[in-house]
Amino acid sequence: MSETEVKTNPQGDPITSVAAPSSAAKKDPHAEAKRQKVVTPEYLFHEAPRTKEFITGSEAAKEAVRRSNVDLAIAYPITPQSETMQLVGVLYGEGYVKEYYRGEEEVGVMAAIAGGSRSGVRCYTATAGPGTLRGLEGIASWPGHRLPVVAMFTCRVVNAPLAIQPDNIEVSYLLNCGMIVFHAENQQDMFDFTMAGFTISEKNDVTLPVGVCCDGFFVTHARGYVRMQDRGFKLPPREAWRGAVPVLDAENPPARLSRDAPVQKSNFMAYNIHAVWQQEVWAAVERSRKYIERYMGGLLTAENVDDAEVIIIASGSAAAQSREAVRLCKEKGMKVGLIKVRSLRPFPTKELRELCAKAKLIVVPEFNYVGWLAKEVATAIYGFSKAKIIGGPRVYGGQSMPVELIVDEVESGVSGKKSTNVAMSQIMGGAVNPEEVEQFMRSI
Amino acid sequence: MSLDYVKFSNGFEKFMPKEYRDMVEHGPFGKKVSVSQMGSFKEVLEEHPMCAGCAMTLFIRLAIIAFPNPEDTITVGTAGCGRLAISQAAIPFVYGNYGDQNGVASGLSRGLRLRFGDKPKDVVVMAGDGGTADIGFQQVLHSWFRRERFTTIMLDNEVYGNTGGQESGMTNRGAVLKMAPLGKKFEKMDMLQMAKVAGCAYVATVVPNNPRRVESVIKKAVLIAREVGSTYIQAYTSCNIEYAIPTDKVMEDAKTVENDRYQFTEYVSEEAKQYLTERYGYKEFLAKPAAPAAAIPGKA
Repeated sequence: MSETEVKTNPQGDPITSVAAPSSAAKKDPHAEAKRQKVVTPEYLFHEAPRTKEFITGSEAAKEAVRRSNVDLAIAYPITPQSETMQLVGVLYGEGYVKEYYRGEEEVGVMAAIAGGSRSGVRCYTATAGPGTLRGLEGIASWPGHRLPVVAMFTCRVVNAPLAIQPDNIEVSYLLNCGMIVFHAENQQDMFDFTMAGFTISEKNDVTLPVGVCCDGFFVTHARGYVRMQDRGFKLPPREAWRGAVPVLDAENPPARLSRDAPVQKSNFMAYNIHAVWQQEVWAAVERSRKYIERYMGGLLTAENVDDAEVIIIASGSAAAQSREAVRLCKEKGMKVGLIKVRSLRPFPTKELRELCAKAKLIVVPEFNYVGWLAKEVATAIYGFSKAKIIGGPRVYGGQSMPVELIVDEVESGVSGKKSTNVAMSQIMGGAVNPEEVEQFMRSI
Repeated sequence: MSLDYVKFSNGFEKFMPKEYRDMVEHGPFGKKVSVSQMGSFKEVLEEHPMCAGCAMTLFIRLAIIAFPNPEDTITVGTAGCGRLAISQAAIPFVYGNYGDQNGVASGLSRGLRLRFGDKPKDVVVMAGDGGTADIGFQQVLHSWFRRERFTTIMLDNEVYGNTGGQESGMTNRGAVLKMAPLGKKFEKMDMLQMAKVAGCAYVATVVPNNPRRVESVIKKAVLIAREVGSTYIQAYTSCNIEYAIPTDKVMEDAKTVENDRYQFTEYVSEEAKQYLTERYGYKEFLAKPAAPAAAIPGKA
């Protein structure tokens, strides 16, 4: 008889489904989950010993959810999908996640996540590309309703024509919702940012959803080393009473956002109420900075930027490609530093102003056409740096980014030679002609 | 029970507004009240911004009185006239996005069950015909297919009232309304049949001119949704503005419509019958006494 192959990940878990219960062993499938021990976020993130595993980004997200004491997860297999939500289903089978179901589609899923968060439980979902945009009405309302949630966005193409390739253009829509947005470079970031996300999102002075973005395929489907704490540890549960807005459990006096339908009356008070509410949402985004520093070690990481004349600023997979470009540049004798932006909302404005003060050239490679990060960077450091900013190179529609493209921009930027890959309109700052400045201002 | 939040903190009694004191002292929380006692207790919903003669408001008042545990009930709604009244009630109300009420209620009721176990936390969706049968249709149907344990109530005024009188899926064929300038070209959607097909454990139609019946169906629907499965009530709640019904003729119209297309119907699944009988002592589903043993042909 031929041997049957069981596909498993390195933990020995079946990759796509719950293992059929063997009739021989009648042990409690939830036994291991029940033995999990609650520890403080500080211990879990900073002190707990870790072991290294070679897993995909989806598996890293699953392992983060396993240790995050998640109550309710809702899944939908949008095309293109990552394995994440079906792996979370495995966790449900094992008792690590208390409630789980496959929703009807993203509009329904995001609504149900909102309902779950309102009931006071810890909620998780993941989607990608077209699913993100389909659910965006709901997602964009979470911050206004002050709902702590963690959602993963495994970014894919959203534009017509139909495609399923990686492209992080959907992040540009998420940036303006009022939610906290992290961008994971690799599998390790997926793991760490997801767990930190739950902790930060439920802080009383934050009480906001957290979106953990990564570049689909490159992170979700590829394997990388992830250092993880023992799976016997988990975060403390959500404390429903702690939020800035009461949960709707009929145990607390209800927050009646629509008590007098204030936002729908056409008078000054109505406008003022909505305006103040929006200010408060964005103020809460600002207040999350200290927690991002505490639990994630900062909104950005800087490598070799101290005496660098050239700085590459990137987030997500572009940061990985940029790190290799930095190495190639070093071989060519150029001093190039790397800033990896981990938190897009809040944006590390102050940090960038300091780090880029002396830079002469900034290159911002991106995996999307519109260049949302270049615009963020240019806006943040405007007036604080005289650096010329090259908004590129950019790849999109599923293209990968050869590191040579980035090296080319560094070299042409330094030499003043015209770039062959980046449009003039995307070259900003520095000693540029008025026409370019005008184009820059238009593009913001 | 979660009555603590409707009590006064010590020393604050005399500073609370009269409305609030009335709610604590004469409200229905923790008591059994009935529609027949209306006027003798403080209602959870009294003041509202609805049009004079609005049948929907009467229905919502009756429905809230009928909630078996108002202090542990969370209402969910969507855009439409109904939410203008429901949001004035002294119980929590979720107003999310357009047509997302049954999705929100799915997550909400599951989350509350995780936190409170068997302690009843009733989730009741009240949304209009457009919100339920048009924009919310997919989430409504799927919540029923999933057997989500909460109650869905359609406030059917057969028109988009709040946006100014446009055709909805529940409008009758031929009705001339905004967006149906030549008259509606297809039939009123049969949501009752769909509710049964989708597996609701309880489906009923009701009109507001029979308060006791409203009370009866709401109670059954909320109780069944606690454990058995989804329940659906479709209520005719006319829009006297868009259908130009004189204010003093609103109840007359309800009677006419009841006789025409809103006769009382009630479907109760066998499981739900057994549940109501055994758990809550309902007698109406008990087997009728056997008919007297009549002569059986072929037997001596």
